Amino acid sequence: MLYREAGDFKTTYSDDSQTFPIRFDRMGYYVTLLIAFGVIPLVINDYWANAVFVPFLIYAIAALGLNILVGYAGQLSLGTGGFMAVGAYSVYKLMTAFPGMPVLIDVLLAGAITALVGVLFGLPSLRIKGFYLAVATLAAQFFLVWLFNKVPWFYNYSASGMITVPQGKMLGVYVTGAQTTASAKYLFCLIILVLLAVVARNLTRGTVGRKWMAIRDMDIAAEIIGVNPLTAKLSAFAVSSFFIGVAGALFFAVYLGAAEVTEAFSIQKSFLILFMVIIGGLGSIFGSFAGAAFLVLLPVLLKNVLVGQFGWPTDLAAHLELMIVGALIVGFLIAEPHGMAQLWRLAKEKLRLWPFPH
Amino acid sequence: MPEQLLYAMEVTVNGLMAGVMYSLVALGFVLIFKASGVFNYAQGVLALFAALTLVGLKNGQVPFAHVINAILGTDLHTFGWKLPALLAILLTAGVMVLLAVIIERLVLKHLVSQAPIILFMATIGLAYFLEGLGDVMWGADIKKLDVGLPQGISDSIERVTDRWFGYGFFIDNLDLVATLVAVALVASLTIFSQYSKQGRALRAVADDHQAALSVGISLRFIWVLVWSIAGFVALVAGIMWGTKSGVQFSLSLIALKALPVLMLGGFTSIPGAIVGGLIIGVGEKLFEFSVGPLVGGATENWFAYVLALIFLVFRPQGLFGEKIIERV
Repeated sequence: MLYREAGDFKTTYSDDSQTFPIRFDRMGYYVTLLIAFGVIPLVINDYWANAVFVPFLIYAIAALGLNILVGYAGQLSLGTGGFMAVGAYSVYKLMTAFPGMPVLIDVLLAGAITALVGVLFGLPSLRIKGFYLAVATLAAQFFLVWLFNKVPWFYNYSASGMITVPQGKMLGVYVTGAQTTASAKYLFCLIILVLLAVVARNLTRGTVGRKWMAIRDMDIAAEIIGVNPLTAKLSAFAVSSFFIGVAGALFFAVYLGAAEVTEAFSIQKSFLILFMVIIGGLGSIFGSFAGAAFLVLLPVLLKNVLVGQFGWPTDLAAHLELMIVGALIVGFLIAEPHGMAQLWRLAKEKLRLWPFPH
Repeated sequence: MPEQLLYAMEVTVNGLMAGVMYSLVALGFVLIFKASGVFNYAQGVLALFAALTLVGLKNGQVPFAHVINAILGTDLHTFGWKLPALLAILLTAGVMVLLAVIIERLVLKHLVSQAPIILFMATIGLAYFLEGLGDVMWGADIKKLDVGLPQGISDSIERVTDRWFGYGFFIDNLDLVATLVAVALVASLTIFSQYSKQGRALRAVADDHQAALSVGISLRFIWVLVWSIAGFVALVAGIMWGTKSGVQFSLSLIALKALPVLMLGGFTSIPGAIVGGLIIGVGEKLFEFSVGPLVGGATENWFAYVLALIFLVFRPQGLFGEKIIERV
């Protein structure tokens, strides 16, 4: 009754190939957008923006990027933290070099620079694959972090070695720096996320995405049917790094405000985002959102319950969080290797037959 | 001989010693990879967990003291006894075997015939879980581990080299012990896998799972066995690293260093793990010594990975690995 394709007649090709072919899904999508753009910015305060919404939006961008690489193109990467650092330092250098520029342009340029670096470190993927490639991307992680830590030009020779974001405006509103309001931060990240999600969705269901998936499923067969592994793999690295770079730029400029590379963009960050992708669902756009939301909310929830309610020490809660995340990863891989997205898909299948399953 | 050259020689020798330490971790990887095709990211955390358990047992700490204190409001810390080092080591080895059984039961059994990359990610999850478990059980503070191994600069070597070259080499006694232990470990592992019945079964499984099954080898027993051995190797590595730099979280990061070691040596070769470890150890020390000062130092953080990366492009199977042949 609610969730049916029956009665929803498609009369044009564009109707038939739209992103959400079922009316209920489409409505859900519009309602979500309406709430995200129309309601939340009005009621959001600093705590909710900094603890939940802004990190969620930024991690969702990073997870989308990593999902393109790992989930769609099948190239495992552990260098996400390093690529985020490239985005962060690029946006820092751009903002300090051209103070008047709209922040959005800086962020997108930072993404483009990260894409170039990503392609560079993606080159070995033409020769190696699987966890060999994973280790190769570890080289990117450690080398990039070391580079930003050791070369003073990157942090403008500041004494502390930290980078601090200058104030930046977008259409006359502060989006970075101390004077930024919670809703401005939120809206700025939200707009970028929605734009990038639409891009990701359409890339993955078009020619490019199909090439990636062919490479993922079996690279030799893909090559035989005419997919060029060079362009497919490198384009996956480029697009993925672009997303991750944008996420890194936002993470530094909007969320943190000041960052130290060894702390903010360590290997732990790479794993965190990989976990988001696994728990959310490899090869699924919705999964990237679900995974990011889950792993952003889990620590907040644990902290509130364990520390706030029971009065346990914070470090204990942090260790328990490690255990829970680890167990969840193993649990998901055993029970549902396609993550929360697959659970959602199954739920929808059930819903279509409800209340009269065969 | 010129001072500079002698110094470089000393750096090389120290690099070799550091390489032995990497090899110890890499050895555990190779064992598990050969027998089950699982690339065990958790090996480093196993070493950390073993070292934590060893310290905890030896000092008579109450397991989960933190949690119990937090829930019941008690103030438990230790039982008040101290175990002799040897007994504690034996007990820890027992814990590692138990852990191997649990891992096989709860994780591996359910993931048979999954893609290698899925198994790899499962071991990352396992690593997180064990890291959290170790901290929750024994507390996250940095602990001192002392099982009676000699430590400090070796006087006799300094004296002898001083007489030969007029320049005393500084070499840590612990590194010498580690080298001896590594040699003994490799020798006994080789003998075990070449001549014992279980060792042969292990090699059969490594060759071909299905063929091994068809001649009546129990895969599950072999997996428990090989994870137990890997746990034991992790214990040895944990003792060495723990004595050297204290039992702390960074121990699990040596697992990451073992990855480029394996890239270099090849995933399936025990000698490869040793040689790869030595190359990485010497390479990063010499690189830091020669190029490090020019670029601001701390090149040890990334040198191993970049070396492995460059190496992989030219020889993907590593120095001693089996050639990767893909058929359609």
